[in-house]
Amino acid sequence: MNVPEDLKYTREHEWVLVEGKIATVGITDYAQSELGDIVYLEFPAVGDRVRLSESAGTIEAVKTVADLFAPLSGEVLEVNETLPEEPERVNRDPYGEGWMFKLSIEDPSELEELLGAADYKRLVEESRR
Amino acid sequence: MSHEAGEARRTALYDRHVREGAKMVPFAGWEMPIQYTSILEEHAAVRERAGLFDVSHMGEIVLTGPRREEEADRLTTARISDREPGEVQYAVLPNDRGGIVDDILVYKLEDEVLLVVNASNREKDLRWILERCGGRATVTDRSLETSQVAVQGKRARAIFAQVAEPDLLRLSYYHAARGKVAGVPAIVSRTGYTGEYGYEVYVPWAEGPRVWDALLDAGRSEGIAPVGLGARDSLRLEMRYCLYGNDIDETTNPFEAGIGWVVRKKETDFVGKEALAAARKSGARRKLAAFRLGPRDIPRPGYEILHKGRKVGVVTSGGFSPTLRAGIALGYLEDAADEEEGFAVRIRDREAPARRQKGAFVASSVKEEGEEES
Repeated sequence: MNVPEDLKYTREHEWVLVEGKIATVGITDYAQSELGDIVYLEFPAVGDRVRLSESAGTIEAVKTVADLFAPLSGEVLEVNETLPEEPERVNRDPYGEGWMFKLSIEDPSELEELLGAADYKRLVEESRR
Repeated sequence: MSHEAGEARRTALYDRHVREGAKMVPFAGWEMPIQYTSILEEHAAVRERAGLFDVSHMGEIVLTGPRREEEADRLTTARISDREPGEVQYAVLPNDRGGIVDDILVYKLEDEVLLVVNASNREKDLRWILERCGGRATVTDRSLETSQVAVQGKRARAIFAQVAEPDLLRLSYYHAARGKVAGVPAIVSRTGYTGEYGYEVYVPWAEGPRVWDALLDAGRSEGIAPVGLGARDSLRLEMRYCLYGNDIDETTNPFEAGIGWVVRKKETDFVGKEALAAARKSGARRKLAAFRLGPRDIPRPGYEILHKGRKVGVVTSGGFSPTLRAGIALGYLEDAADEEEGFAVRIRDREAPARRQKGAFVASSVKEEGEEES
């Protein structure tokens, strides 16, 4: 299981890359592996506003469907437009070409709620037990 | 679904699954592989080349004794007493109301009748049979001493030819015989639940790994892949085969489920006879229907089926068809059962248009050209 050190994580298995006031969001390697083959995704459009912990999309895999939760509140600045055509990118490279959208960080204090890599790794290991 | 208490059981092939990198999940009291690499890849392997399945979790209940065939005729919807040994019939164990206790395969062998039952129903079926058999046949549960593997796909015959006694290659569709596979005494049948040409092989529990390894080795050059429960489900749904617990159960009868043809007899007495005769006569009150949706509309069990905006049923089996790259679904129509158009499935907050599907979603390849089912 790949858990990059430089990212932040949610308990719902999203990852967040913070660069200044912009956050890039995707789902973790563990999440894509649990979901299996991803065949369709719905996520917000540029200009939409998402709110912390609220649903910000849907991930359809062959055997199941999952909600995508907003890890932070903010405005959607950019979406990965290749994903609806090639959703398998999320399985192949969840932290790279499988990124989903970029947000403007509205409230930096929300960042404190996110987990570091070590804590996220522990969370996954506990849920496996 | 009832689960046995305690730890999930492991098949004799558990170590093979782990070695192949399978993701193991609890299923009907067993720890089974859901996928090895990817459901999409495994599904494609079966449709295009060949797949190898561990189906050892299925139950094997055997009837022996001089009256075993009459008893099988009485307990199931099959009629095997006037058939030749070697014939296999898809049938149901009916209840007194015409509902389906389980859907099963009935094997007429020279010396015994083998009933192959769903893993989740094994204990229930065994009780059901014992309660009704009344000593007219000897009932033995051989489930935990039998390994079962299936090889399915266009290359299955070429693969099987490398490990099986030549006589077994002459089996017709839905026929079975005893013989040797990889040197192991086995019961082999030309059956399966994928819609592809293939074989199912029953061997003693401890011999499962030897047969598995032999088929995998023989299949390597043919592009065989081990296949988990995930692709097994998408393969069966594309063929529109029923899944017990989703599409059929004790409250549904075979006519509603579109498998009324399993009720093969008239004159003999059997469990549920009156209820099934009444159901046949009155016609299905509701009907299991099939729908094809768009590439981004994936129906899941429990989603509402709508007709002109009105709820007329619920999805019982649904998912993504890897072959069609589209959503497909089965569900009972309580109403509007004869309508052809105007259907939709409610997917979250939208109504996804659904086209009524006649027949299977994907053409079946279970038989060779010119081959007939008896």
